Amino acid sequence: MAETTTELIVRAILLRNPIALLVLGICSALAVTGSMSTALVMALSLTMVTACSSMIISLLRKKIPTTVRIGIQITVIATLVILVDQILKAFFYDLAKQLSIYVGLIITNCIVMGRAEGFAMSNPPLKSFADGIGNGLGYGAVLLTVAFFRELLGNGTLFGFEVLPLTSRGGWYESNGLMLLPVSAFFLIALIIWTLRTVYPAQQEKD
Amino acid sequence: MKWINNSLKKAAPHFSPDGRLARWYPLFEAMDSFVMGSRRTTTNAPHIRDGIDLKRIMIIVVFSLIPCVLMAIWNTGYQANLALQTLGVSCPPGWRGAILQGIACTPDNQLANLAHGALYFIPIYLVSVGVGSIWEVIFNVGRGHEMSEAFLVTSLLFPLTLPATIPLWQVAMGISFGVIFAKEVFGGVGKNFMNPALAARAFIFFAYPIRMSGDQVWVGVDGFSRATPLANLAAAPVANPLMGLQVSFTDAFLGTIPGSMGETSTLACLLGAIILLATGLASWRVMSGMLLGGLGMACALWLVGSATNPMANLPPYWHLVLGGFAFGLVFMATDPVTAPHTLIAKWLYGLFIGALTILIRVENPAFAEGTMLAILLGNVFAPLIDYFVIQANISRRIYRHG
Repeated sequence: MAETTTELIVRAILLRNPIALLVLGICSALAVTGSMSTALVMALSLTMVTACSSMIISLLRKKIPTTVRIGIQITVIATLVILVDQILKAFFYDLAKQLSIYVGLIITNCIVMGRAEGFAMSNPPLKSFADGIGNGLGYGAVLLTVAFFRELLGNGTLFGFEVLPLTSRGGWYESNGLMLLPVSAFFLIALIIWTLRTVYPAQQEKD
Repeated sequence: MKWINNSLKKAAPHFSPDGRLARWYPLFEAMDSFVMGSRRTTTNAPHIRDGIDLKRIMIIVVFSLIPCVLMAIWNTGYQANLALQTLGVSCPPGWRGAILQGIACTPDNQLANLAHGALYFIPIYLVSVGVGSIWEVIFNVGRGHEMSEAFLVTSLLFPLTLPATIPLWQVAMGISFGVIFAKEVFGGVGKNFMNPALAARAFIFFAYPIRMSGDQVWVGVDGFSRATPLANLAAAPVANPLMGLQVSFTDAFLGTIPGSMGETSTLACLLGAIILLATGLASWRVMSGMLLGGLGMACALWLVGSATNPMANLPPYWHLVLGGFAFGLVFMATDPVTAPHTLIAKWLYGLFIGALTILIRVENPAFAEGTMLAILLGNVFAPLIDYFVIQANISRRIYRHG
């Protein structure tokens, strides 16, 4: 694990993307990718929570008794998630309403727990912070890619701005209803994984 | 014929593993075996002489679809001409009208029915075959697989499940989705766990629901609305749903009703079933299972009845001739790749699909038709049913023999 801080951040985006390679955090990737703005907020929230919780847990790692470590990790993560949730409710109320329970559910997001348990418990604080940022960005990259196609093809908009005028609003583009359903995220994530594993054959699993 | 044979033989070395066109061998092989048949001969005994290989199987399935295709073409034209007559127009608008000039487009003119229907069916079919073949070639050449005639069946089944007015670019998207996501990502022909034609239809059904349901899409005349009998029934008086139906049982059996192009005629499906059963290609267990499952569920719902749901008060035998039940039963559920392989599992699979089809049709107001969803769900469960049948057999034998 002799990676520099930059490597920790960059490699988590394509080389070992938490969604595409570890297949973690799929649930929220299906739920919040209906529009770019919710995906962006979710990605930023998760990046903050992962980075901060990893750093805090890493700082405490020598004081945490192994028998109760999951409980302590959850306490740290939950505190941060509630903080993020409150900030969103205070300043971006509409977005917070759209995201509904999914910000709260970051607590149970496997990526946060996975990085805390798998990386922060055995690495120094700065590296853990970088690792959290990297994984958050990797998660965000997939989320934004999926949301880009879902919002563009499903609604004809990006961040709410009209790009492809819909037939229902007098334009020429016929909305693809499947893209509005969370199911479509499965297909898009599958395509992303397919592309990544073609580009980096090392990610392919052996039979 | 000799000339074709000779030129194919002459070209063969170029496509052999060290030829300069080796990469394109799948295309050559497809051409060669499609035109000339198999060139493989055995050199040593034993010689088993049986011409039935995958190619022959698929061609027979295509043959068995011919009644449905003819009926699809005729009925599409018949419905459109009927609508024109109601509107008091003699010639359809647009490019179809330009081609049909000089032919009186009335429902009594059988030639006009066939011609008008063909102008709807053939473009959809050509797009389905063309776009699907491009994907097949890309994947097969990329992987070095041989081309398979299975695609001929998929590309013919898919247009038959569509309404006549479907835009051609949606046909292209649907078949692309079906071929790539239901077949090629799992490794190609024979490795798909879902029926590619149905997956393609499901894609369009969820992506563009207004093109696949409602009362505007079934008849190929703009602005003319005619609902399918199933939709009529759902809105019929509760006590006697047959009052809401504008067609007789014979109409529904022969298929002179609005609906997806190939699914309306139970008679055509029956003819196809006879060919498939006589040649032993389709499993009679799956067919009987689905028939019994559908009838059983329909009887149960009919006996219980309902004070609010007219579909539940429909006599059970009507379910067999309406919607896609017959078409799904004969051509979709029996697909040997996606159906289970053990004999008991085939019965269970059929029963499951039949019962679920009627359950969705009657109890779910959001979907007038449940055949597609029931068969896709059955496809997903098929390996599981197989697994339990095999496990049950293993434990029975352990119990018996220690």
